[in-house]
Amino acid sequence: MGNPQDGEAQLVIARSPARARREERLAFAALTAASAIVVLPVLSIMVVMCWRGARGLSWSFLTSPAEGLLAAVVGTVFLVLLTAAFAAPLGIAGAVYLSEYARSGPLVRFIRLAIINLAGVPSVVYGLFGLGLFVMLLGFGRSLLAGACTMALLVLPLVISASEEALRQVPRGLREASFALGATRWQTVRNVVLPNSLPGIMTGIILSVGRAAGETAPILFTAAFFSLTNPIPRSVFDPILALPYQLYVMATEAPGVPESHKWATALVLSALVLGLNLAAISARARLRRARRW
Amino acid sequence: MTEEGARNIITPEGEIKLATRDLNLYYDGFQALKAVTVSIAARRITALIGPSGCGKSSFLRCFNRMNDLIEGARLEGEVLLDGRSVYDSGVDVAQLRKRVGMVFQTPNPFPMSVYDNVAYGPRLHGVAGRAELDEVVERSLRAAALWEEVKDKLRQSALDLSGGQQQRLCIARVLAVEPEVLLMDEPCSALDPTATFRIEELMLELVQHYTIVIVTHNMYQASRVSHYAGFFLLGELVEYGETVQIFETPRDRRTDDYVRGRFG
Amino acid sequence: MRRGLGLAWEWLVERVIQIAGLLAIVFVVAIFAFLLRDALPVLRERSMAELLAGEVWSPTADPARLGMLPLLLGSLYVTVGALVIAMPLGIACATYIAEVASPRAREVLKPLVEMLAAIPSVVFGFLGLMLVGPWLAELLRLPIGMFAALGSLMLAFMAMPTIVSVSEDALRAVPRALRENSLALGATRWQTIARVVLPAGRSGVIAAVLLGLGRTIGETMTVLMVTGNAAVIPEGLAGFWRPVRTMTATIASEMGETAYRTPHYHALFFIGLVLFVITFIINTIAEWAIRKTGRLSS
Repeated sequence: MGNPQDGEAQLVIARSPARARREERLAFAALTAASAIVVLPVLSIMVVMCWRGARGLSWSFLTSPAEGLLAAVVGTVFLVLLTAAFAAPLGIAGAVYLSEYARSGPLVRFIRLAIINLAGVPSVVYGLFGLGLFVMLLGFGRSLLAGACTMALLVLPLVISASEEALRQVPRGLREASFALGATRWQTVRNVVLPNSLPGIMTGIILSVGRAAGETAPILFTAAFFSLTNPIPRSVFDPILALPYQLYVMATEAPGVPESHKWATALVLSALVLGLNLAAISARARLRRARRW
Repeated sequence: MTEEGARNIITPEGEIKLATRDLNLYYDGFQALKAVTVSIAARRITALIGPSGCGKSSFLRCFNRMNDLIEGARLEGEVLLDGRSVYDSGVDVAQLRKRVGMVFQTPNPFPMSVYDNVAYGPRLHGVAGRAELDEVVERSLRAAALWEEVKDKLRQSALDLSGGQQQRLCIARVLAVEPEVLLMDEPCSALDPTATFRIEELMLELVQHYTIVIVTHNMYQASRVSHYAGFFLLGELVEYGETVQIFETPRDRRTDDYVRGRFG
Repeated sequence: MRRGLGLAWEWLVERVIQIAGLLAIVFVVAIFAFLLRDALPVLRERSMAELLAGEVWSPTADPARLGMLPLLLGSLYVTVGALVIAMPLGIACATYIAEVASPRAREVLKPLVEMLAAIPSVVFGFLGLMLVGPWLAELLRLPIGMFAALGSLMLAFMAMPTIVSVSEDALRAVPRALRENSLALGATRWQTIARVVLPAGRSGVIAAVLLGLGRTIGETMTVLMVTGNAAVIPEGLAGFWRPVRTMTATIASEMGETAYRTPHYHALFFIGLVLFVITFIINTIAEWAIRKTGRLSS
């Protein structure tokens, strides 16, 4: 061997691959561990919740109007249905605009920026807005209507994003074929684009229903109240019980609520929200497989 | 255009259906078509040939204003249908596209039944009665030489048909709106030879009633079916004349090189 | 043919759709305007400095003390703590899913992470209050099971799904050619990930962290239930193990009992305004970072 420098260089090259391999194994182990930490802890306490909740769950608790969850479940159902009724047409129309009509330019950029911001507004700020506008200014009072309007705003970005994605999945060739036959833009949207993106749009609406079912802060001052009698709303101007608010009050303020009831309520709420999300996710997966173009 | 260039573009005899004068087309600054001046004969098949990306499809899309749908597309010069500019202020684009129909490279039937695909156009333009629609559908499918194969499957999804059948379905779909012109953008490039042959036969039948302009990569196809041919190179219409003349005695050196396969 | 009527209808439909598109901007402006409207009156009775830097929040005292500093610091502690936990874990998990995991593992992990994101915040708060808090308090010998670090911990797990999915999108968007070039030069997969993929996906990952940050600052129910709701100024690192109160929790717990149009009412709206402005800035930066990666993801 000649130069001492050559010898050093050779040693470095000889050492490197093994070092690099060891480094890689360590790094991959760390990444795997991190992923486990991300999912496992929450998964385990959810399992604990299922266990304790199931023990506290009884048919009478679910359905008894006075002490049970019936009123809260009914209230939540009314709330999310009305929310969807408001958010769906607005969100779909907005998505149609972004996907089919808008020309690129500063206006569209602002609209997208606005949507990202709406998605990021804290839920309690939506509650304040709902309080100021719907409850006070428009005079709805603390009501199902005010709550649904507030919640519809909260889920609107979700509906728009999911709908836009569904619209974009429709291949360009179909639109071109329609135009080439002399259809106007709206005729093309109505006859070709919308019908073929409806399943994806429905998925987005289910996701937003799931979201609306679990949110508390927007309805804190606009719709919800706590009661141990059986108030089922008789009109949209009545306030409602709602599952998330019920859980909150049970856990923090209401005295003398049996532990088992608290866990059962948490279980029912989680099952409802996660069930809706699961339905939406699997519907989306099935759609992707069934696509024929 | 030079005088020499002008000599290489002949004007067909008889009725002229479509024409352009000094047509320039730009996509966001890129010039796709350069001063194209040409007249297309009525009830004849005109083939546009040339290497990929030299503007043939863009040229075709000028006649039914499909370029309007592309952001950043800008057009100078004239595009004429029966002597009248298609960009005239009084022109209704949807009506224009009814008169000037288009068949695309990849068959694109709607995800609906065969019947609904063909009925789509007529329904758009106001035909509503069941009996009327049935008649239009059958007539169009017969004209597209597809009726015998699908008459028992009218309610089945159009996506169940073979590629060649789908393309004939797209042709039937266009025929159902009773156009005067058929623009065909490489209609056979996605099909096997048998299906291609059937569509070529169909074209020769249809040309008795319709003006057909076809963009094709397949020079054999062009020489088999067309009466007139135009050679495009890099956005310029280099030569245009009767097919026989273009293929056997081309006037321009570049045309000669292309039809002999010296570049592709 | 009824062409004239058809054209008028077409025009009308297009206008309606256009208005629907513009509504997003209208709503953002409206929210800002309403917050402003009900927040500004507080400035008639208190100065900006007093509000933002005042050290005592005691609205029921007479005269009402409306210093937001304890609340700002409370939010800061909880948020910073949450990000310290969520950032490394979230980015690592995203890297695992995008680059290392087998397709089978990915098929299991991705839906799991999505489901995690769907768990309502009040459930997180409940679980923190009933399970995690008491357990930690016993472990660390703390007086009560409600303190700032608990909030950070729960919020970290709520922010992680956001960080994971947006980062994963960003990493997948890195062109395959870059990876292949690195491997062809003899680098190991890990070296490629660390030296090529992660730096290339940098702006998307930053966007992910910003979005996670936005979600954390805005979280209400969880912090309301687990951080103890004591509006005191946290001191140093020990402050993590004592109760605090965030801006969001303040609004949530006090708005219900506040009389309409009192200084307290306006002050709560002022807090809401501050929250809106902070999240607006964060989200605008995040959107800019997302556009740099060339994709829009939600």
